[in-house]
Amino acid sequence: MIEQTASQSISNSTPDEPQATQKLDEPQVSGKPDERVKTRSSFRQALIGPELGGICGTILVFVFFFLTASDSGMFSAAGVMNWSVVSAQFIIIAVGACLLMISGEFDLSVGSMIGFSGMSIALLAVTFGWPVWLAIITTFILCMAIGALIGWVVTKTGLPSFIVSLAFLFILRGLTIFAAIATTNKTIVGGIRVAAEGDWLAPLFGGKVFTGVFQWMGNQGWIDTFSGGLKKGQPVVEGIPMLMVWAFVLVLFAHFLLTKTKFGNWIFASGGNAQAALYVGVPVNKVKILMFMFTAFCACVFATSQVMEFGSAGADRGLLKEFEAIISVVIGGALLTGGYGSVIGAALGAIIFGVVQQGLFFAGVESSLFRVFLGTILLFSVILNTYIRRIITGEK
Amino acid sequence: MKKFKLLTTAALTVALAVPLALTSMSVSAERYVLVSHAPDSDSWWNTVKNGLALAGKQMDVEVEYRNPPTGDLADMARIIQQAAASKPDGIITTLADYNLLSGPIRNAVDQGINVIIMNSGTPKQARDVGALMFIGQPEYDAGFAAGERAKGDGVKSFLCVNHVISNPVVAERCRGFADGLGVELGESMIDSGQDPAEIKNRVLAYLSANPDTDAVITLGPTSADPTILALKQNGMAGQIYFGTFDLGANIVKAIKSDIIKWGIDQQPFLQAYLPIVILANYDRYGVLPGNNINSGPGFVTKDALGLVEKYAGEYR
Repeated sequence: MIEQTASQSISNSTPDEPQATQKLDEPQVSGKPDERVKTRSSFRQALIGPELGGICGTILVFVFFFLTASDSGMFSAAGVMNWSVVSAQFIIIAVGACLLMISGEFDLSVGSMIGFSGMSIALLAVTFGWPVWLAIITTFILCMAIGALIGWVVTKTGLPSFIVSLAFLFILRGLTIFAAIATTNKTIVGGIRVAAEGDWLAPLFGGKVFTGVFQWMGNQGWIDTFSGGLKKGQPVVEGIPMLMVWAFVLVLFAHFLLTKTKFGNWIFASGGNAQAALYVGVPVNKVKILMFMFTAFCACVFATSQVMEFGSAGADRGLLKEFEAIISVVIGGALLTGGYGSVIGAALGAIIFGVVQQGLFFAGVESSLFRVFLGTILLFSVILNTYIRRIITGEK
Repeated sequence: MKKFKLLTTAALTVALAVPLALTSMSVSAERYVLVSHAPDSDSWWNTVKNGLALAGKQMDVEVEYRNPPTGDLADMARIIQQAAASKPDGIITTLADYNLLSGPIRNAVDQGINVIIMNSGTPKQARDVGALMFIGQPEYDAGFAAGERAKGDGVKSFLCVNHVISNPVVAERCRGFADGLGVELGESMIDSGQDPAEIKNRVLAYLSANPDTDAVITLGPTSADPTILALKQNGMAGQIYFGTFDLGANIVKAIKSDIIKWGIDQQPFLQAYLPIVILANYDRYGVLPGNNINSGPGFVTKDALGLVEKYAGEYR
């Protein structure tokens, strides 16, 4: 797998290093052709990417639920929106976790960070009466600063990020509960929707786009409309929530960063072999700290969207979300040890996770068996993922 | 090799899919979904599940129980949206956080789905989201009644062990109790967490730091069971004034052996059973009771334990 990373970084590197490549080639001249520069067909190239398992898994999951839950409303407009939004939530945190994992680190504080940033926005905007845009921006800065702190502690001390971020899981959760109780005597702070009315930044997280298209589809009778109440005649799906737009943009950004830029190669190198990366001049610590900040940024996007959509922040939001992010990334074909993985794969993993989670409800699985099914399907998809990759690439 | 793997995969898919398909195909009766806010770890909700299942059997309707596995209310909102998308005949849900859940519930109502609010929330909130009715125990009033009762018994200070600090409705019980007692809530309410060992040790720590505490109030079996153990350990069992909300097998035993003075039963069985009966009759014959239903509070003391003891944890 490290071989692949190496070949990728050579093919992607900027043209200012041709001499180095030539020097590497010299000893090979007399022997067999260098296997590192052997050309592969683009089809095979596509097949052996880390995404393959994710693609197969996604197809399988959809076939599975199409067979079991097609008559349950899962594939109606409201049903599709339901599992899409849940998948989009997973995608947002999985993208951050994916880049961080490729750079060789973990962040277990994601779930607590979600609770923390949501509460921060709510307290600043509602309790302290700040304008919502200022509360959002302040929270983003605060979260990324905490992300940087986690990264700094990890790189400075050399401790496993597992332990450091686990400490922050508790610290942030505790701070969230304390701050909420100390200022409002409650653990759920509401009233954000009222505060956010007319704000210019809030719709970027809680708004919906393409509402006209959906209204039109509702008028045409293609999707269900409300049959009563204030919203009578409006479609049950009002538009694409900004949450999904964020997920899409983050995937595009992270995929581009990882595969098309020098910085992307630095991320791979930092996770593949940090010492070697350091020797060739990659600022490993800086890369890792930036990735921790990016993870915190993603958690903050998640929290802000949630707070703006639902209008309240709770101290217990985001419980166990860190594991859901990591699971999505691993289903998507990334290695827990770092240095290998793909953003598209992580996004597909998040879709699988979201579809399975909501789909089990649609399929009417007994709720106490829910986790059994979830665990089985997750295990199954990871095994499948690994096997397919081995069969096709011939890896051992 | 590759072919073999794909075949296994296909076979496994079918094997997994067939039993599911069978369960979802036998639908013809009315279908009702109950959505709770409780995490998987909260055993108290077992009574709700049993009440739901019994009502489903008696009324010959299909019932489903759904909950957010970690108790995250934002996940619960998604489950309500999901339930609405699956087009059931009715949804029964708790209203643990009005801000967060009112939108999804309102949307379900506006899609023509009958909704009954159970357990958490207030009658006014239930009306505001367009629900048919509220079935549950008004928590503040229940706490207030308990506080007045304790005041009559000479209690002046108390410890409230809150294992669901994130649920503001449940915290109302402590607030009501303090008001009924006529004292400030202040530092009397502790966040005990959900883990039995942690709860036990926090109660022990609080009581050794505040030895003159008159009474202990727990908010359910999750906090009551470890508190019983804690009091047995530090020798306060039977001496300190101990009241609890909700019932469970250990609580009943403790009432019997004079460790717990009283348990406030909100009769969760009724909160799940009645909505099914009401919704089914409403869908079939159009009949609907004209008011909200208070399923509690009922004080359970040592004098009236017969049936309670027999069905504690199952239907009580």
